[in-house]
Amino acid sequence: MDSFQQTLFKLKRYWDERGAIIQEPYDVEVGAGTMCPETFLRVLGPKPYRVAYVQPSRRPADGRYGENPNRLYKHQQLQVILKPAPEDVLDQYLGSLEAIGIDLSKHDIKFEEDNWESPTLGAWGIGWQVMLDGMEITQFTYFQQCGGIDLDLVPAEITYGLERLTAFLQGVESVYDIEWTRNENGVVHYADVRLKDEQQFSVYNFEMANVDRLWRLLGEHEAECKELLAKYEESKEKERFPVLPTYDQVLKCSNLFNLLDARGAISVTERVGVIKRVRDLAVGTARIWVDQQNVVPIKREGCA
Amino acid sequence: MSLDFLLEIGSEEIPHWMIPAALEQLSKMDLFGAKLRVDATPRRLVVRATGVPERTPDEVQVIKGPPLSAGDKAAAGFAKKQGVELSALAKVGEYYELRKEVPGRAVLDLLAETLPQTILGLQWPKTMFWTGGKTGPRFIRPIRWIVALLGEQVVPFEIAGVKSGSVTRGHRVLGSKNIPVTTANYESGLRKSFVILSSDERRKKIQVETAALNAKLDPELLETLTYITEYPTAIKGDFDPAYLDLPAEVLTEVMRHHQKYFSVEKTSGDLANHFVAVMNTSGDPDGLVKKGNERVLKARFNDAQFFWNADSQRALVDRVADLDRVTFHAKLGSYYFKTERVKALVAQLGGDADAQSAAWLCKADLTTEMVKEFTDLQGIVGGLYCKAQGEPEPVWRAVYEHYKPLSMDDSIPSTQGGQLVALADKLDTLQQCFRVGLMPTGSKDPFALRRAAQGVIKILAEAKLDYKLNDLADGTLREFLLERLKYYFREISGFKYDEVNAVLASGVGTIADAEARLTALAAVRPTENFEPLAASFKRIQNILKQADVRPGPMILPSLLEPGPEAELHTAFTQVRDRVKGESYQQALQGVASLRPAVDTFFDSVLVNAKDPAVRTNRLTLLHSLLTEFSTIADFSEIVTSNQPASHQLTPNQPVV
Repeated sequence: MDSFQQTLFKLKRYWDERGAIIQEPYDVEVGAGTMCPETFLRVLGPKPYRVAYVQPSRRPADGRYGENPNRLYKHQQLQVILKPAPEDVLDQYLGSLEAIGIDLSKHDIKFEEDNWESPTLGAWGIGWQVMLDGMEITQFTYFQQCGGIDLDLVPAEITYGLERLTAFLQGVESVYDIEWTRNENGVVHYADVRLKDEQQFSVYNFEMANVDRLWRLLGEHEAECKELLAKYEESKEKERFPVLPTYDQVLKCSNLFNLLDARGAISVTERVGVIKRVRDLAVGTARIWVDQQNVVPIKREGCA
Repeated sequence: MSLDFLLEIGSEEIPHWMIPAALEQLSKMDLFGAKLRVDATPRRLVVRATGVPERTPDEVQVIKGPPLSAGDKAAAGFAKKQGVELSALAKVGEYYELRKEVPGRAVLDLLAETLPQTILGLQWPKTMFWTGGKTGPRFIRPIRWIVALLGEQVVPFEIAGVKSGSVTRGHRVLGSKNIPVTTANYESGLRKSFVILSSDERRKKIQVETAALNAKLDPELLETLTYITEYPTAIKGDFDPAYLDLPAEVLTEVMRHHQKYFSVEKTSGDLANHFVAVMNTSGDPDGLVKKGNERVLKARFNDAQFFWNADSQRALVDRVADLDRVTFHAKLGSYYFKTERVKALVAQLGGDADAQSAAWLCKADLTTEMVKEFTDLQGIVGGLYCKAQGEPEPVWRAVYEHYKPLSMDDSIPSTQGGQLVALADKLDTLQQCFRVGLMPTGSKDPFALRRAAQGVIKILAEAKLDYKLNDLADGTLREFLLERLKYYFREISGFKYDEVNAVLASGVGTIADAEARLTALAAVRPTENFEPLAASFKRIQNILKQADVRPGPMILPSLLEPGPEAELHTAFTQVRDRVKGESYQQALQGVASLRPAVDTFFDSVLVNAKDPAVRTNRLTLLHSLLTEFSTIADFSEIVTSNQPASHQLTPNQPVV
């Protein structure tokens, strides 16, 4: 039986063999792998791209103090972007399941309609949830729009829920019982590595996060982002403009929104408005990213 | 010679619920008169036909030329334009004429031209692009292969970079990815590759296998599974009987909606600790699929158990205050305010203390973990918690049922309290949304207001509640409800549209009253005298409309001309007095019995008498006749098919 990390190695290896860049997790808090610039920005524009990365994804409201066997404040996704989606993309995906030891001829696999939409990112796509013996193991999406912009090259986004998948492979009932790895001291379980995060962040997110300060931080990051968006318009040197740092500010806002939401601090009337505030930043950043690509074709010495 | 035809559109998995509508469209395809049949699995839409002609028939096209009188020059010009010698023209009558032989075309060529349009022209609820960006072809999911055969030849065309051919693909996991086929061996070739092409056969297979495992019948789920599989096979699984302590509603919801399993019942009708899943594969030799599904179900039930226990820590009544944090709609505030309004409305409608308690508690389950997870169970979960927390039956049942009816086929709440809470909840939603301008437009109805209005009507009608529509709504909302009421009477009760219009045109009142009047009208309508009389009433209405004097306050018997006019008056007053206090049907029968008197009147009396006093009195008589019975129905709304000669309208009166 493969450990959690061995399964991860195999998936990364699999997509490495299919020409994907293997990236490391993004270092700003995100709610899903989709939000990383490697997906959100790279799917825009006419340049082909293939990337795979694990992304720890924070969803403060899903925290359960480490007491629920299947729900986590922070779960890990393996995010694969194939832009454009190859003709045999679903076969490639099924091949990845075989690669981690699932004999598909002995299992039941179904693709059930599940379209994806993110109001905060101005993004949506068409796709399925992939069901393996009745369990959802993957979200598969053909992106159509991102940051309010129609996509030129339709990418396939494959998002594996790693905890679920490995719990299935290992036949354990609680994610905390997943064997992360084993060494001379015995088995290291998921709980050994991650339980503390779940407990402590649940306490913080639900009970202690300072609501006033979170609001102020949200305002600060929003102001920074807006200022940058405005500066881009005036910029005479658009090719060196920091679009990526602008996008980090969007991610900060999104995470603060999620924290405030978990804290129950966003009132009825505010909610739609705050989502719109974040979406405006995301859409604005997507726009200047595309604009920058058009103004300045990306080139670098020695690179094709 | 006639040929067989095969078209297979190979796609990635199409959402099951869209497939029947796509097949319906494909079945209307024009294959030059050949009979066709359609089939589908999630990965393929198929059209097959026999007897397709090889060519379309030759035709002679007649093109009319210039008149003979225009001379040779004009004729030569015409011939040149048509690309023929002058000698090819014929003289027919006063004109030149060209009879052009148009040879038939190969159907293969015609299909090659039209099939791409046929395929891409299919209408779907939502489409995507996958190649060529936004301007590229759109379909429900990417098209990955196409088989198009006419006889032994491939119909050549290309869509989204996919060339038509003669190679299909089998089951994703069990089948071959490369199956050369002919029109003759297509279906058997698929079968060898674990694809059952016929949906009827897949449905039957699921029915037989699930029945053998004691699955509870579920037609909707059966349909879903038929179109979500290419090779369905049923298996039985078990779960720990300890979970049977959870409410059956929750267990069934998890099995049916989340997992697409059939539930299994004991002979007592209680749930058994089994389920039946339908796989998209041929078998489960090692029991891995069974084990996997059982594991998923256990996790789901565990969640439900966890939610049940967690939610039970706090009584529903204490949760009402939390509703101020649950949005009803951004423009309309929270569910707490909605709760207050619904409770007040229930009180206003005369609901007793239990009904008011139910109104107060009915939305509180929106704050529970159970409803956050199983949103379809809202209301039901609230009812179950009320019951568990010791609320009396009238209260918990009203909460449990207050979302009913969910559709026109669904029943209304079973208790009066439940009916009032359901009515008030829906009315409040309608009133509030209309107040801030969130009416449905065209096909867009994001707040399901049509369903809410339909629910209001259905409850009022079927519970025979004593509220007048005018007291419950006004303005555009009243009109909106009226439309739904008409729909209800027509589509559900089966009344004719003009009868519905006639009854509602004379005022709505309570829905039960309108229904009673409709029933009477529908019963009397087929009788001999009714429709002719309705036509006369229409005539009377027109006469009154066009008259230059207004009817007087009362009929003056002294001014009535002896004969038909006086007789009509007598007949009218007799009928009026006779039916006073009688049923609608008797009243309508009475009205109908006036027909001979009305006919005779119109045959022999001129309404527009010279003497203004007589004229006014005549109009007054007609007016009284019209208004006396118009509280039951406005007869002028009745569409009469053939009117007797004596009722021919004069030219200046609009035709019915």
